[in-house]
Amino acid sequence: MNPEGYLVLSAILFAIGIAGFLLRRNAIIAFMSIELMLNATNLAFVGFANYHGNLDGLIAAFFVMVVAAAEVVVGLAIIVAVYRARRSASVDDANLMKF
Amino acid sequence: MQLLETVSALSGSGAMVWLLIAIPLVCSAILMLSGKVADGWGHFLATAAPIASFVIGLILFMQLLGSAADARSINVDLYEWIGTGNWSIGLGLLVDPLSILFVLLITGVGSLIHIYSIGYMAHDERRRRFFAYLNLFIGAMLTLVLANNYLVLFLGWEGVGLASFLLISFWAHKPSAAAAGNKAFIVNRVGDLGLSLAIFSMLAMFGSVRFEDVNAGAAELSPLWATLIGFFLLLAACGKSAQVPLQSWLLDAMEGPTPVSALIHAATMVTAGVYLVVRSNAIYAQTEIATTAVAIVGTVTLLAGAWIGTSKDDIKKVLAGSTMSQIGYMMLAAGLGPIGASFAIFHLITHGAFKANMFLGAGSVMHGMNDDVNMRHFGALAKPMKITFFTFAMGYLAIIGFPFTSGFYSKDHIIEAAFQHNTIIGVLALIGAGVTAYYMTRLMMMTFFGKKRWADDVHPHESPLVMTVPLILLAIASIVAGLFMNGWIQDWLASSTGQEPHNTPLIHFTTIGLITLAVVAVGVLVGWFLHRGDIPRDEPVTKNPLVHAGRNDLYGDAFNEHAIIRPAKGFAGALTSFDRGAVDGVAMGSAAVASGLGAWLRKGQNGLVRSYGLTLSAGIVVLAVVVILGQLG
Repeated sequence: MNPEGYLVLSAILFAIGIAGFLLRRNAIIAFMSIELMLNATNLAFVGFANYHGNLDGLIAAFFVMVVAAAEVVVGLAIIVAVYRARRSASVDDANLMKF
Repeated sequence: MQLLETVSALSGSGAMVWLLIAIPLVCSAILMLSGKVADGWGHFLATAAPIASFVIGLILFMQLLGSAADARSINVDLYEWIGTGNWSIGLGLLVDPLSILFVLLITGVGSLIHIYSIGYMAHDERRRRFFAYLNLFIGAMLTLVLANNYLVLFLGWEGVGLASFLLISFWAHKPSAAAAGNKAFIVNRVGDLGLSLAIFSMLAMFGSVRFEDVNAGAAELSPLWATLIGFFLLLAACGKSAQVPLQSWLLDAMEGPTPVSALIHAATMVTAGVYLVVRSNAIYAQTEIATTAVAIVGTVTLLAGAWIGTSKDDIKKVLAGSTMSQIGYMMLAAGLGPIGASFAIFHLITHGAFKANMFLGAGSVMHGMNDDVNMRHFGALAKPMKITFFTFAMGYLAIIGFPFTSGFYSKDHIIEAAFQHNTIIGVLALIGAGVTAYYMTRLMMMTFFGKKRWADDVHPHESPLVMTVPLILLAIASIVAGLFMNGWIQDWLASSTGQEPHNTPLIHFTTIGLITLAVVAVGVLVGWFLHRGDIPRDEPVTKNPLVHAGRNDLYGDAFNEHAIIRPAKGFAGALTSFDRGAVDGVAMGSAAVASGLGAWLRKGQNGLVRSYGLTLSAGIVVLAVVVILGQLG
């Protein structure tokens, strides 16, 4: 089976994720963009696993899902905490960590 | 095993040798550590220390006297001090005919000066500290002369340098005294450099610094190295003994209390250079050049010191110039080879007695004259200070070489030996004797005779007994020491100087001896004639360049200023600017580059997450491009 379609879709999703992360200011949206990128790579993994007919890519995809789930827990908690403290979820407002 | 050896070395006659040094050092430590508790009795303890050492010295002396001539040496190896590689340097002491004479001189004169100081320093609130330093000096000086190798000698050498520094600047609240202490210390460093170099050379050449190893190995030394070591040792001797060209510190050293001038800067420490040269006679026997240099240094110094002595009005500085001059005689004798070495030691010991006597006499005069040292303010002191006058007169007779006094024997031998060696040096030594007679007569006339010139509020009075008794004892020694030692000292020192004794009868006037007496008589007459009348209370203005040179210490300070200090300062300045410019430039420049780079790089840390994301993405793109291009290539 030809993996090209999966890879193209994966690349498109990844590009959308990057664009969303770079262009949007809202932390929730940026976070969603990151999830989108992770899932784009998941799609590529799964596509390759299907193409090769073995389980390596699937296992990698599961790892990514676990990492993503853990990240969501921490990331959302941080976003909520920042929002409570600053009344804003804009990533550009939270710029205290600089020289 | 080593412990056993140490224990056995510490008992028996060896015990007494190390006790000689230990007693004054321990007393010094007690006085320094005990604080005000010891203010009441400290000076008595300190005075007891050199007396105890003197008694031990006498016992050892008797022991040596009783032994056969070739068995007169007690070597005490206390323990191994430095053992490394092939070198084993022990802490050891050596009592032999040469060192025991020094021990008796140091502890004998030292005891008298301690007693004198009880009176002299009675009103000084830091008297305890003064006595602690004096004891430190006695301990260090004994270490110097009792060492059985050059490194332990160096230990004592530095110790006396320290004690000298502490005592010269004892009244450090006077800027002049503080400066004089520094000057003595710094000039002595030059000499110490010479001694260090000599020790390094000996270690390299012989692998040992023990006197016996050096003496045994000296015969196989190459002429170049023998000459080099000879010059190093001469440099060391010049520093410690205030010989030209390192003479400038001694005159300023008179800023110290007068007993210090008598003990350290007349009788003992300044003669350490002569001791060093005589002790190293095996090396000087191998090198004609260095030996001649010693004689020349001695001759130049004896004339320079005498010259300075003629022009000064400060009684202590006249005596200091005279000390330089007399040590010049000793150096000259030491430079005449084995024949002169025992004469050098002979003169050293008689000089130790009569010069200490005169310095203490000068101190006694100052004591009665409100610490004035200017002889132009004295005059006619013979009457109010009878004991001081008579004892001083004994020292005077001894130093000018009046027949049958100690100086007559010791100095005439040197002049005769000088004539045998070289006529020019002999004539110069003879002139020195005449000038000595002149300036000492001048001192006597200005201080004790003529009309009184002191101010109305000064009431000259004789010093207390505690000060005059040492004077009397030293005066007796000044007169009779020569008679006692004349026939004996050459035999006694034969093993140390390697010289066959030759006959010097007590009553024997050679041609040169008679000429010397005539020259001395002329000096005395000139001194009497020029100073028999009124002497102005202020220093008269003169155009005589000779007098100007003498008053300015023969421009020794000016010479040092122009020849050494200014070039050294210039060199140091050049080094500083090189350091500031080149070294600091490199260091500061690289620091500036790093901090500039950092300032530029930190602009990336702007706190905006999205810009970090952009950087990250750009980096990934670059990596991907590289990987893809790599695959294609």
